[in-house]
Amino acid sequence: MKKKVNLKNSTVGFLFVSPWVIGFLLFTAFPLLYSFYLSFQKVKITTSGIQTKFIKLENYKYAFLSDSVFVDKVTQYLQELIISVPIIIVFSLIIALLLNQKVKFRGLFRTIFFLPVIIASGPVIKELMDQGVTTIPSIDQYAIYQYLNENPDGFINGILLYLIKNLIVILWFSGVQILIFLAALQKSDKQIYEAAKIDGASNWEIFWKLTLPGLAPMIIINTIYTIVTYSIFSLNPVIEHIQKNMFKVNTGFGYASSLSWIYFIIIAAALGISVGFMTIKRKKSYS
Amino acid sequence: MERIKNFELNRYYLRAKRFFIGMQGTDGLLIKILIYGLLIGIGFVYLFPMIYMGVYSLKTLDDLLNPLVNWIPTKLYWGNYSKADQVLSFFPTLFETLYVTVLPSVVQTAVAAVVGYGFARFEFKGKKILFALVLATFVIPPQVTLIPRYIFFNELHILGSLKAFLLPAAFGQGINSAIFILIFFQFFRQVPKALEEAAQIDGAGHFRIFFTIALPMAVPAFIISFLFSFVWYWNETYLAAIYFGDALTTLPLQLQKFVATYQKMFPAGMGLGENQLNEGIKMAGTLLSILPLLIVYFITQRWFVEGVDRSGITGE
Repeated sequence: MKKKVNLKNSTVGFLFVSPWVIGFLLFTAFPLLYSFYLSFQKVKITTSGIQTKFIKLENYKYAFLSDSVFVDKVTQYLQELIISVPIIIVFSLIIALLLNQKVKFRGLFRTIFFLPVIIASGPVIKELMDQGVTTIPSIDQYAIYQYLNENPDGFINGILLYLIKNLIVILWFSGVQILIFLAALQKSDKQIYEAAKIDGASNWEIFWKLTLPGLAPMIIINTIYTIVTYSIFSLNPVIEHIQKNMFKVNTGFGYASSLSWIYFIIIAAALGISVGFMTIKRKKSYS
Repeated sequence: MERIKNFELNRYYLRAKRFFIGMQGTDGLLIKILIYGLLIGIGFVYLFPMIYMGVYSLKTLDDLLNPLVNWIPTKLYWGNYSKADQVLSFFPTLFETLYVTVLPSVVQTAVAAVVGYGFARFEFKGKKILFALVLATFVIPPQVTLIPRYIFFNELHILGSLKAFLLPAAFGQGINSAIFILIFFQFFRQVPKALEEAAQIDGAGHFRIFFTIALPMAVPAFIISFLFSFVWYWNETYLAAIYFGDALTTLPLQLQKFVATYQKMFPAGMGLGENQLNEGIKMAGTLLSILPLLIVYFITQRWFVEGVDRSGITGE
């Protein structure tokens, strides 16, 4: 009898999940494989449909050897990613901690800090960037900026320049992350904090020994979220390049497919490295 | 005498210390100043583009050119808005944008609720693998599946219609669908098992339990999922431009074409400065294109936080 109930339960459960399964096969798994297939083809769109011609690894070779911009754009993307992600994470954590305090006008501050969730749209940000609103106001009058601008070579100078020019954009990527950190902070157990305070722990100690370890899973989630949203943002240089190639006559869908697969693998590697590193570190600090 | 003086000094010192640094935690003046300073400073960084947009959109051409006028325009000038309104064709585009964003959001939320419920309340073979796949879909960039989907939709003849957004949403593959499934999964997991069993004893079937018990409890999850879907579909220009072509448009898409449309509507030349595109008009257009979202946001902002809080996005 029990077995029968279980069996029925599992069918009903699968029924609930089935729209997703169908969708996954139709709209994700199949397109994924098909784009992998296309990435080895020369694709031509004709009135009677698409024609493909197998060209082995030509597309991939072209991306790395002949395409003069692709490698540059990928390095640019990776540099921006390495600089931006830690800043976004640390920054959203700081804001979440601030908002978690008992401050006056908390509602107002929250409203302001979640604005980026709303405005994070490519065209709007591009318009703002064109107007120069996304740099720190009148930064160009400071000596340090002028010095950096005159010596744009060198790794650290490049990073600083990028930061100064894009600080507001970077900060604008942190809306959802602030929300997630804040929600986690508000759920955390108040009793442990009280106990720690009675034992004479300072705020500084409480932050490093209690708050931060408690937030570790959220830091990982936020890192994944940040990397993904940063990578698929429509102003991302690689995305722009792929989109340009999609409708170009001499490159077309086949080449664009291989570009997006290369990009996909790079993103997956970035995710794997950062998340793997963090989980290993976490395990070490606990054992 | 000396001793009393010392004692007095000590007391003042302690009182001052308590006043500035506080007994412990965050009640000292210095820390308060630091916190408020940071909040206001960072808040300004966020608000700065908004203020800039607002101020510049109200400037006349004279104000824009006058280096003495920086933050406060000499008079409020609404001409930029009427030009931007014409270029964006604001109200028709607004209704189209709502059509393109609200429907997929509703469908996406509903399907995420059903799928999330399936994962949260039932055991079946391969559930763990399927759930891992749900999460995995989040990290697949849309660009990888875009081209085959484009060809596929082309063959179904649904390019240029809302179906290109609705169909993936209806099967849990819309924009960030994985996140919404996760939200509902977390939420439905918290519904006590006893409640379900009690209903079963009363003879309710699985679907009745879902509709009469689970759904009414999940209102916060619905609100947060709908709001986020709405915002994300609204801001999606990359997929929208490719799927819809010229058939449908949204305010962000119109903003993207702002300069080109403007130059077509108000041809330059003739030496008339008034007809030339200036940043005042551009800022008015930018502000108009996010104004509806801002209004929705200010009405619902409290749900954004509490929704994330209660819908268990952060897990237990």
